[in-house]
Amino acid sequence: MAEALFWPALLGYGEAALAYASPRFSRLGTWGVRGGWLAQTALLGLQAARADGFPWSSWAGSLNLFVWLLVSTYLIWGCQPRFRLLGLTVMPLVVALFVAARVGGGTVAAGRPRYGNLFLVLHVGLVLAAFAGFTLAAGLAALYLALERRLRRRAADILRLRLPSLVTLERLTARTIGISWPLLTAGLVAGVVRLRERGGGVDALMAATIAAWAVYAAFLALRPAGPRAAHLALAGFAFVILARVALAGSHF
Amino acid sequence: MRLSLVGISHHVAPVELRERVALPLDRAASLARELGDAVCLSTCNRTEVYLAGEDEQRALSSLEELAGEPLRSVAYRMHDDAAAVHLFRVSAGLDSLIPGESEILGQVRAAYDAARPGPFLDRVFRQALSLGKRVRAETAIGESPASVPAAAAALAQQVFGDLTDRPVLLVGAGRVGELAAGSLSARGARIAYVANRSAEAAGRLAARFGGEPVGLDDVPARLGEVDVVLAATGSPAPLIRAADVPAARSRPLFFIDIAVPRDVEPAVGELDGCYLYDIDDLEAVVADTLAGRRAEAERAERLVALEAERFRAWRASLDVVPAIASLRAYAEEIRTRELAKLGTLGEGERRTLDAVTTQIVNKLLHLPTVRMKEAAAQANGAHLAQAVRHLFGLEERKDGA
Repeated sequence: MAEALFWPALLGYGEAALAYASPRFSRLGTWGVRGGWLAQTALLGLQAARADGFPWSSWAGSLNLFVWLLVSTYLIWGCQPRFRLLGLTVMPLVVALFVAARVGGGTVAAGRPRYGNLFLVLHVGLVLAAFAGFTLAAGLAALYLALERRLRRRAADILRLRLPSLVTLERLTARTIGISWPLLTAGLVAGVVRLRERGGGVDALMAATIAAWAVYAAFLALRPAGPRAAHLALAGFAFVILARVALAGSHF
Repeated sequence: MRLSLVGISHHVAPVELRERVALPLDRAASLARELGDAVCLSTCNRTEVYLAGEDEQRALSSLEELAGEPLRSVAYRMHDDAAAVHLFRVSAGLDSLIPGESEILGQVRAAYDAARPGPFLDRVFRQALSLGKRVRAETAIGESPASVPAAAAALAQQVFGDLTDRPVLLVGAGRVGELAAGSLSARGARIAYVANRSAEAAGRLAARFGGEPVGLDDVPARLGEVDVVLAATGSPAPLIRAADVPAARSRPLFFIDIAVPRDVEPAVGELDGCYLYDIDDLEAVVADTLAGRRAEAERAERLVALEAERFRAWRASLDVVPAIASLRAYAEEIRTRELAKLGTLGEGERRTLDAVTTQIVNKLLHLPTVRMKEAAAQANGAHLAQAVRHLFGLEERKDGA
């Protein structure tokens, strides 16, 4: 049953990724996101019900959870018509990561987890929630740069894109990072506590996560404005992607 | 019921003629009342009279009286489906000078409210108003700016989002600048300063917008205090140079230069956080959005076609509904008459007989009713309704009555 729920979720997300390409079908895209999210929520619910503990402890399982958190964050306000292009950047990534989670076995009913519940909820849950926020912030920053470039080039079709304003994109990017960074900090603290209790060294994924934390800390401390803020948000996201995709295997 | 339309519009009549025929809302409403069951829609671009079964010649004569000349060569007359489709297109903004402009929908509503027409026109106008709203909700036809001042304001919104209380520096107190400033002000922006060579003109315009008049020499000092600079002077040389713009800014600074020759040095647009649009850029934006409006107009036309089909089906149903009602009344009359012949019956028996005969009548008439409604939808409802009246002698009964 859990397996079967993967397909409607993927169908919803895939439909959204395609529908957002055209303003005419963006409403269908929004319904695709909502439908896919409901199916994935049911999938995660079934996984949680069948597992003896925290069911997303493998890298693929955590990817599955990450995708859900990313879509959940996106659903809060990203489905508005003016954020259509954000959907166009986020939903293909969602589809790719969701497929990767399935290929890695992260969408099946989980067996016995390797870690305790509390630690995983705190560490994995918080870090993944923060990463989801940073991913969305990166999407907003990318939109900001695209809009800024068009404004600077005085593109005649600038009003056709129906994007949020430059100031709105900048504010939302900063706000999303402002919310996500404390979550990452708390998640890292939980990880460090466990590291000190059980011993062990810092692996590549941890290093990339700490680098992301440092970049976002600099973002919040320096409060840059304009394209500099967007570039810094994207630099932090590069470490997130490194940690989430390239180095995930080294940690789990 | 016949729907008729007589009118003139910007498509066929010059402005000198239109302005003579244009009526304020109260006079348009009283003209409609004089003509009977009618609605008079009068704007700067059109004066049209919609009539439900009334004499269109009288309406044309009234318009000719206003014009002071015969209108036969320029006035258009339409009937039934064509008149309804025209009203639908007008409400949708498709017949406007600028496709998709939204003012017309409010004008149609005002004309309808003022005229308070009978049921037939009421239905047609409510359908037109609902379509107008739907077109604006489901297409982007009215979303993009169609003039340079509107484009300037829309671009400022693209930078800042909500313009409420955003400070604006207006450089120049001419008519063009005033129009553009009005467009920004209408979106909530605050015209904080008006700079002009003539202090008197600056003062007059500043008073209109609630801003402060300043001299042209003060412009560089004010750049740090505003978010939008709107330049529209007749100066032969640029008034704002890159060196005048404060370097450290936490917010964007948006320059709208609608002056020819330009008031803002092009290098300003290269500065960090500064965005500069001159008149050519704004005109290119308007041209592009008008092209976009035309594409959206095609979608709107499809919605109009759907609504026209609904109107046609409804109008056709008007032919069969009286026939269906007469047939049912006839059947009911026979049923009650025959029941009355039974004489005294117990209450229980009477109730049973009443229920059984009602069932029989309903079952017998169900299929003919459905078939007549279907025929109405396929445009031959009137013929079938006529046949039913003839077969059951409904006309003779009506005449007899």
